[in-house]
Order: sequence, then structure tokens, then C-alpha cells
Amino acid sequence: MTQIEIELNDIREDVLELWEIVNEQLRKANHALQTFDKDLAREIIAKEKKINSLELKLERSCENAIALFNPVAMDLRFILAVLKINTNLERTADIAEGLAKFIKDSDEKYDKVLLDEVNIQKMFDISIAMLENVLNAFEEDDTKKAREILKEDEALDKINKKANKIIAAYCRSNPDNIEFALYLLNCIRKLERVGDQAKNMAEEMIFYIDAKVLRHKDKKKKKK
Amino acid sequence: MQKIIAKNVNFYYGETQALHDISISMKEKSVTAFIGPSGCGKSTFLRLLNRMNDLIDNTHLNGEILIDGINIYDKSTNVDSLRKNVGMVFQKPNPFPKTIFENVAYGLKVNGITDKNIIEERVISSIKQVALWDEVKDKLKKSAFELSGGQQQRLCIARALAIQPSVLLMDEPTSALDPISTAKVEELIYSLKEKYTIVIVTHNMQQAARVSDNTAFFYLGELVEYDKTKNLFTNPKKERTQNYITGRFG
Repeated sequence: MTQIEIELNDIREDVLELWEIVNEQLRKANHALQTFDKDLAREIIAKEKKINSLELKLERSCENAIALFNPVAMDLRFILAVLKINTNLERTADIAEGLAKFIKDSDEKYDKVLLDEVNIQKMFDISIAMLENVLNAFEEDDTKKAREILKEDEALDKINKKANKIIAAYCRSNPDNIEFALYLLNCIRKLERVGDQAKNMAEEMIFYIDAKVLRHKDKKKKKK
Repeated sequence: MQKIIAKNVNFYYGETQALHDISISMKEKSVTAFIGPSGCGKSTFLRLLNRMNDLIDNTHLNGEILIDGINIYDKSTNVDSLRKNVGMVFQKPNPFPKTIFENVAYGLKVNGITDKNIIEERVISSIKQVALWDEVKDKLKKSAFELSGGQQQRLCIARALAIQPSVLLMDEPTSALDPISTAKVEELIYSLKEKYTIVIVTHNMQQAARVSDNTAFFYLGELVEYDKTKNLFTNPKKERTQNYITGRFG
């Protein structure tokens, strides 16, 4: 194995480690929300430091690899993709942290019926599955799987759109609980963005393997 | 416009076939880099472009190499005129044991130019072209050996330019130079392509990426891939190219 292969392998291992932790953060956020577990929420918030330091470590490794090994072709695309995936993962972790803060700061007026009504569980299920699928695609260098992820966020968009009306109606009939409803709407928006991050990561993966740039292209073209 | 066109070129050193069916076109006023591991045939092919391999016994070529539409291996080709039109710069700077001025003037005199004014004008403009003028203008009568390696190489390029070629072949022109001199020669290559068609053989892939418009990857005497440099270094089409430029072999 050449030195650059060793460096790239190390970067791959680091990004996979970060990815696993971020996915776990979102799974825990889901669990904490469903069970109103404030301790678990605190655990998620505490983990954020480790994620931030892993993000910086990865960024440094990529910078070093570019400076020291002059990567080209697939190697260069891999590093460029990892740099962006790194940012996507960090933002996803921020979203999990934001959800955890919502749980930590919520009081007893936490309305589980509304949670069911806005279908937040389904949003969690879809976004967690998207993150896991894109991780799986990355591990296997499988761009076919990555392309399948690109359309998975449509369901998240639909739930997000419906949530506006549901929350507005809830606020009208529960004026004492408006703050909670607005927080919840904020969480729904965050989960919708997890889908966007997963999609971005899938696009980066396709760039790295197939050398195709899918960003800013319409959906029909992306499926090709 | 295509300046150099090779059609199905096969070349042999005795019984050994060094090049296999090479077809390639190089645009006028562009820089083409040849890359590949040692022994891949890139220097052999470069030397075919001004018939330098004619000097080696027991070699033969089939196929055609056209420069400006004329087959340079045609019997009617005057090899001296060809080499005037297709200048060459080698790996190690090889100035003559003469003054800086005489080094550049030499080719002109050999080619029958006797008018001192013309010689002086050409020498100065050639030295200026290679961005050496400010460094040597006060010591034109000193020995070329007093110059640094990088300056000597630029002087050799000036010597090649003085006889006004239209093509410049460079065989690893910076492999014996330090990074600063290398950067100067690279800058020079970049500026010279306004007037000349340049073909460069280099082992330094970053150099090929920096200075050339198009890159050809040779392997085991075959032209594996030829594309715009940008494409070849970001998204090579052939696996062998990818493996070579990423350092997986070679």
C-alpha cells in the first residue's frame, strides 16, 4: 500500500467513525423525544464536543493529505467529498443537539398527542434510515444505493409541509401551549434538514466515485 | 489548427518494438505533456518529432508524422531544416564552452547568418524571451558555465529559440533544477506557448498538470490516454492512467 493510500484509508476510517456517532446521536434524539428522557438529551449535548473535535481532526487530515501528497483524480475527489461530508455530518450533529436541547428545556406541557399528529416519528424513521443508507452506500462505494437516497427525502418534505397547518390549528385551540408547538415546528424543520444533509452526502459520494456533479440539477437528471 | 499529427506510428530499436501504433494530434501554440513510467516510450516518441532517433543505428519507423501537414519522414525532407523548425531542450543544461552571447549566436552562425546586427538583435530578443536578460545583460561576454543550472537551462532554451523554430521539444527540462529554477522554466513554458507549439516530457506529474494544455499517458510503448490535462488529472477515463497518476504503480 502506498503512503497516500494509507492516508486516505485513515481519513476513511475517521469519517466512518464520525458518521456512526452522528447517526447514533440522531437515534438517541428520537428515543429521548419519544420517552421524554432528559438525561439522554443531556448525554447527546455532551457528545457534541467529541463530534466537533472529530470534525476538526478530519479537516486537518484532509488539508495535510492535499498539501503533502498532491492527490489527483479519484483521490482528490475523495478528499473533496470527505471535506463536504464532514460539514454535512457536523451540521446533522448540530440538529441532533438542537433536538436534545428542546427535550431538555421542555416542561410537563409536552403534548405527545401533537407529536403523533405531526408524524414526527415517521420523520425520525425516514431521516435516520437515509443517514444509515448513505453511510452504507459510502462503506460499499455503491453509487446505485446513493442515487436511491436522492428521492427519499420527498416524504420528509410532505410531512414538513403538512405540519404547518397542524401546528397552526393546535396553536389556535391551545393558546397556553403555543411555545411548545413552535418548538416542535422548529424540530420538524430540523428533521427535514437532516434529509437534505443526507442527500448532499449522497451527491458527494457520487461525485467522488463517478466524477459527476449532481448539485443544482433537477430530480429527473439526478436519477440518471 | 493541428500542428503535429502522428498516424499509426510504430518504432523499433532493432528487433524491439518501442512504440505501438501511436496516433495523436497536437494543436498549434499549445503545450502537450508526455507522462509515463521510465521505458514507456515517451522520450522515444518525442525524439521522433525532430528525427533525433535517426542518429541511433538499427532503428526503423513505420507510420507517418506530419508537421504543418508535411510528413517529416518523407525522403524529400531536409533533416537540417526540420531541426531548425523543431528545436529541442534536453534534461541537463548543455551550454557550449563559449560566452553567453556566443551560445545563443551559435545556431544562427551555423545556419549561415553573418550580419552582426541581425545576430545581435536575435540574441538579445531570445535572451529576453526566456526572461534571462536582466540577469545576464552585463556579462554577455562571460562564460556560460558561470551561470547557475537554472540560468544555463534558460540559456539553452534561448539558444533553441534564436533560430526561430515553431515547435519546441523539451525532454525533462527541469529534472536537474532546483524548485525556484523549475518554477522559472515553467513560467517560461507558459509564456512561450503564445508563439510556439511545445511538447514536454516530464516525470513530474504536477509539472505536467501545471504547464500543459493536453497530456498523453504512455505505458509500455502504447498511448493509453490522451486528453485535456484538466480532464486527465481529475477524471481519467482509463484505469491504468488513474493508477499511474495516483501513484498506485510506476
